[in-house]
Amino acid sequence: MNDMTRVERAVDSKDIKINAKKVQVYYGATHAIKDVDVEIEDKTVTAFIGPSGCGKSTFLRCLNRMNDTIDICRVEGDILLDGEDIYDKRVDPVQLRAKVGMVFQKPNPFPKSIYDNVAYGPRIHGLARNKSELDEIVEKSLRRGAIWDEVKDRLDAPGTGLSGGQQQRLCIARAVATEPEVLLMDEPCSALDPIATAQVEELIDELRSRYSVVIVTHSMQQAARVSQKTAFFHLGNLVEFGETGQIFTNPVDPRTESYITGRIG
Amino acid sequence: MPILWLILIVSAVAAVGYVLGRARALQSAGGDSRNLHSLPSFYGANVTLKILVPAFGLLIAWLLVQPFFVNSQVSGMIPESAIKEGSSRSLVMAEVRRTAFGLDNAVAQGNLTESAASDAQVDVIDVTQRLKDAGQVVTSEITQPVLRAAQSYRAMSATGYAIMSVAVLAVAVIGAVIGWLQTNAEYRARNVVEQGVRVLLLAAASIAILTTVGIVLSLVFNTWEFFKLYPASDFFFGMTWAPSFSGRGGSSELGILPLLWGTLYISIVALLVAVPIGLFAAIYLSEYASPRLRSVAKPLLEVLAGIPTIVYGLFALLTVGPLLLDIFGDSGLGWMKAGTAVMTAGLVMGIMLIPFVSSLSDDIINAVPQAMRDGSYGLGATQSETIRQVVLPAALPGIVGAILLAASRAIGETMIVVLGAGAAARLSLNPFEAMTTVTAKIVSQLTGDADFASPEALVAFALGMTLFILTLGLNVFALYIVRKYREQYE
Ligand SMILES: Nc1ncnc2c1ncn2[C@@H]1O[C@H](COP(=O)(O)OP(=O)(O)O)[C@@H](O)[C@H]1O
Ligand SMILES: [Mg+2]
Repeated sequence: MNDMTRVERAVDSKDIKINAKKVQVYYGATHAIKDVDVEIEDKTVTAFIGPSGCGKSTFLRCLNRMNDTIDICRVEGDILLDGEDIYDKRVDPVQLRAKVGMVFQKPNPFPKSIYDNVAYGPRIHGLARNKSELDEIVEKSLRRGAIWDEVKDRLDAPGTGLSGGQQQRLCIARAVATEPEVLLMDEPCSALDPIATAQVEELIDELRSRYSVVIVTHSMQQAARVSQKTAFFHLGNLVEFGETGQIFTNPVDPRTESYITGRIG
Repeated sequence: MPILWLILIVSAVAAVGYVLGRARALQSAGGDSRNLHSLPSFYGANVTLKILVPAFGLLIAWLLVQPFFVNSQVSGMIPESAIKEGSSRSLVMAEVRRTAFGLDNAVAQGNLTESAASDAQVDVIDVTQRLKDAGQVVTSEITQPVLRAAQSYRAMSATGYAIMSVAVLAVAVIGAVIGWLQTNAEYRARNVVEQGVRVLLLAAASIAILTTVGIVLSLVFNTWEFFKLYPASDFFFGMTWAPSFSGRGGSSELGILPLLWGTLYISIVALLVAVPIGLFAAIYLSEYASPRLRSVAKPLLEVLAGIPTIVYGLFALLTVGPLLLDIFGDSGLGWMKAGTAVMTAGLVMGIMLIPFVSSLSDDIINAVPQAMRDGSYGLGATQSETIRQVVLPAALPGIVGAILLAASRAIGETMIVVLGAGAAARLSLNPFEAMTTVTAKIVSQLTGDADFASPEALVAFALGMTLFILTLGLNVFALYIVRKYREQYE
């Protein structure tokens, strides 16, 4: 049985960026994601919510094949990016990840200078022809990461020396610097203070004009604030997927209602 | 009474004390252990401690002090006339101790009766002969005063040990009685035992530290002696190493520079071999190898670290040397004269160091958080880009630490250079020439019948001290770097 309950949606729907069909994920014998279908639209923020351990991160990591780095992880089903199966043998996961960037739950700046952290992706993918172009990319990305003003005087300082919140914004800037088409964020604000969180949320809203953003969040207020679409996961199933407003005001599935009113989780 | 017996008896007393203490505690609580302050076993342990600690403490202290005491007493008995020209009281005392020791062994083997050994009227020539028959080392003919002194040395030692046995047993029994009398239901045995355990552990730690201090002090002291006989500036800045034999020539040149150069040259060759191979092996094992392969390959690589260095030395002498000679010797390129050379020792030492570098580096690379790799992969980096640009820079301080540790091992290595590098101290740039190192020369200066008061022998301590300071400095630096790196991620 398909757990997902289809919800009526506005028909002005945009292009489908990622289309996942019947996705199953196993960690060894553990069945972590069960039969998930989801359509992620271009230029939209999609939020994944659900209790801890329900498989939000796991599913998110399927979208750019980060699960390939976990030996025991096995993915079944189809995930199409712009109509192409990303698990096809011909797809190079390295190229895929340049198109589908990722920001992690724990800030993980490289032990390099702030500048080199942001320039890392552009250098690898050869996005800048010369130093001044690279400088431009770095500045633009740091501005988009809402951290430029704090670090502009110390671009040569190590990225690991920043505070947790600054580190996370640096990581967002780093991901943005490669000009991805889709940006995956796994609880990007869980280490940030309220002001930095507000800045990042603003940034996410701005990113929507160019990219498709998928954000895993623990905070339902955050999902309500930043996303247009919301997917509710429970025990590895996608319980409900639809317009954010609809999910929060008028959920169809009783489990969704229990979660958003605080009875599960 | 042999000391082994003494130890056994005291231990037996302690065991009995344990049982009695435990029983008395239970009895004083009316047979109900809930009325006791501590568990019954603590009362037993309390009595045991009260027996063992003072008794063994006294035993150890006595064994340490008595030889000094006897020595000084006997030393006073030697008449001025018995000390030959050019000798000293301490040398004669060494002779006395050797003779006393010889007499002990001769009696034990039955070549000499106890009464003959302690008879003051006994014939010196005869005793000397008997000692030689018993296979004891007697360097020169024993003189009458030396024999006398040796006999009183034996007598005093024997008396001392007898008194010691009695004293130790008495202390053990007194301890037992005190412990037993203390035992009653209110006595806080647990606290006392905990305190005792703490003191015992502290003692163990102190012994380790004191031994180190002792070793360093003896090095310093002997080095000081050496510099009184030989100018320090000649030692540190001398370009020639040419010791005369046994100090009789009187014109030794003991410059450390050729030896230091040999040490550094061989170490550099070794590191040039070990660092790339070890590091690449570590990267393969930690980043590319499957867990199954890794679980097999890593221990196999570490087996290399378990091979005794003398075996590596044989390998250098019998395999690598001749092999290099085939290629670079007169039949080949003509650069090499003999199998023993800097290259031979350096290559083999490099092989020896591979597991050090690879094993440490592997641990350090593994300690780089997975999140760091994820971050790089998430940006579309390939595996080798991730390793080169993220993992290795993150691990670099630790890897440098590992290399420094390997370097300090290379500098201190002895057997491989003794067998592989030759014995000629020389300042040369040609890696196919024989050279020698500080460690190899320490060995050669102290083997053979060296006179331990001559600069030719004492120089070994100065060499050892230099080496010690060098490797200590490297180790401290390496540990500092490794620790600094650890702080970053924990
Ligand atoms: N690397 C892993 N190995 C084994 N099991 C994992 C691994 N990562 C996640 N899981 C399991 O998969 C399930 C989903 O985890 P996750 O996706 O992290 O949940 P969420 O992000 O929603 O809190 C959990 O039961 C978790 O124990
Ligand atoms: Mg998660």
